[in-house]
Amino acid sequence: MSGYLRAWILVVLAGWLAMAQAREAAPRADDPVVEARMVAIADELRCLVCQNESLASSHAELAEDLRREVRGLIREGKSDTDIKRFLVDRYGDFVLYRPEVKPLTWALWFGPFALLVVALVVLMRYLRLRREQVPRVSTLSDADRARAEQLLKD
Amino acid sequence: MKKFLIPLGLFLGLVVFLAVGLKRDPREIPSPLINKPAPVFSLPTLEGADSFSPEQLRGKVWMFNVWATWCVACREEHPVLVAFARQNAVPIVGLSYKEIQPQDEANGKLAPEAKLQLARERSKVWLARHGNPYALSVMDLDGRVGIDYGVYGVPETYVIDRQGVIRYKRVGVVTPALLSEKILPLIRELEKS
Repeated sequence: MSGYLRAWILVVLAGWLAMAQAREAAPRADDPVVEARMVAIADELRCLVCQNESLASSHAELAEDLRREVRGLIREGKSDTDIKRFLVDRYGDFVLYRPEVKPLTWALWFGPFALLVVALVVLMRYLRLRREQVPRVSTLSDADRARAEQLLKD
Repeated sequence: MKKFLIPLGLFLGLVVFLAVGLKRDPREIPSPLINKPAPVFSLPTLEGADSFSPEQLRGKVWMFNVWATWCVACREEHPVLVAFARQNAVPIVGLSYKEIQPQDEANGKLAPEAKLQLARERSKVWLARHGNPYALSVMDLDGRVGIDYGVYGVPETYVIDRQGVIRYKRVGVVTPALLSEKILPLIRELEKS
């Protein structure tokens, strides 16, 4: 048996081992449907421990516990809205990456548009003012005009 | 002159907003549980065989403190609570939060009874060393009651009124200043009503 063949067997074996390990490291999901829904919901929720991570991606222990709760609620047949409400009731609107539209969050949702409208109004008024300041009619006298025409002809 | 005043005004406004933003603690999230009935639970106590549920303290103003032996900040807070308990202002109920951490079970899952046993032992040792300010303590091993109370960072402290409504929540260490300026006046007020 040549060393070449032996090397090949080694490579194949190493690849097979790596694949076996990769399969082991994959998230253990008892029920892929529940898991997929859990991830979809948790993606929309903020982890309270590491506040810039979603509940789906956080490794904090609390996130682990909350994912367990979400899985449980899914199995109980709760709707996505119910599950989000469950978390909002306990941790507040802060857990939602997309806050609900309600009087308290109007400034958040509509503030940028209100600012845009204000900016447009200011811009229009400024432009109108400037147009009024710039003389509309030409102030050239007849003599000057004649001279200018003369110069252009030459 | 007027030309410079407008950008200067805008700049100062921005500075004020940023300064306020810097001062705020992003970990302090207003709890939706304030002025809501304290979630119901029934948990085994640290001390013995019987369980405790908040119903048992109906008619009393009480404090609920979430702690853990693995929580570093709790060590800082604990002497303050011990001193406060000596004043006998209100009963303090402790909640030993998730005493057994996942790494403790690395060598295989513990049976529920063994888990509770170990958690009780550890909590007792810790309280013997640091002092016990609690009228009684309950064991929340899986953190479910913690979730119902919106716990996301130990220690957390709640003030619950005679009707069983949460009136105050503190995330983080309770300081002597906080006790004398906010919590005690609130307790006095709640006890009058």
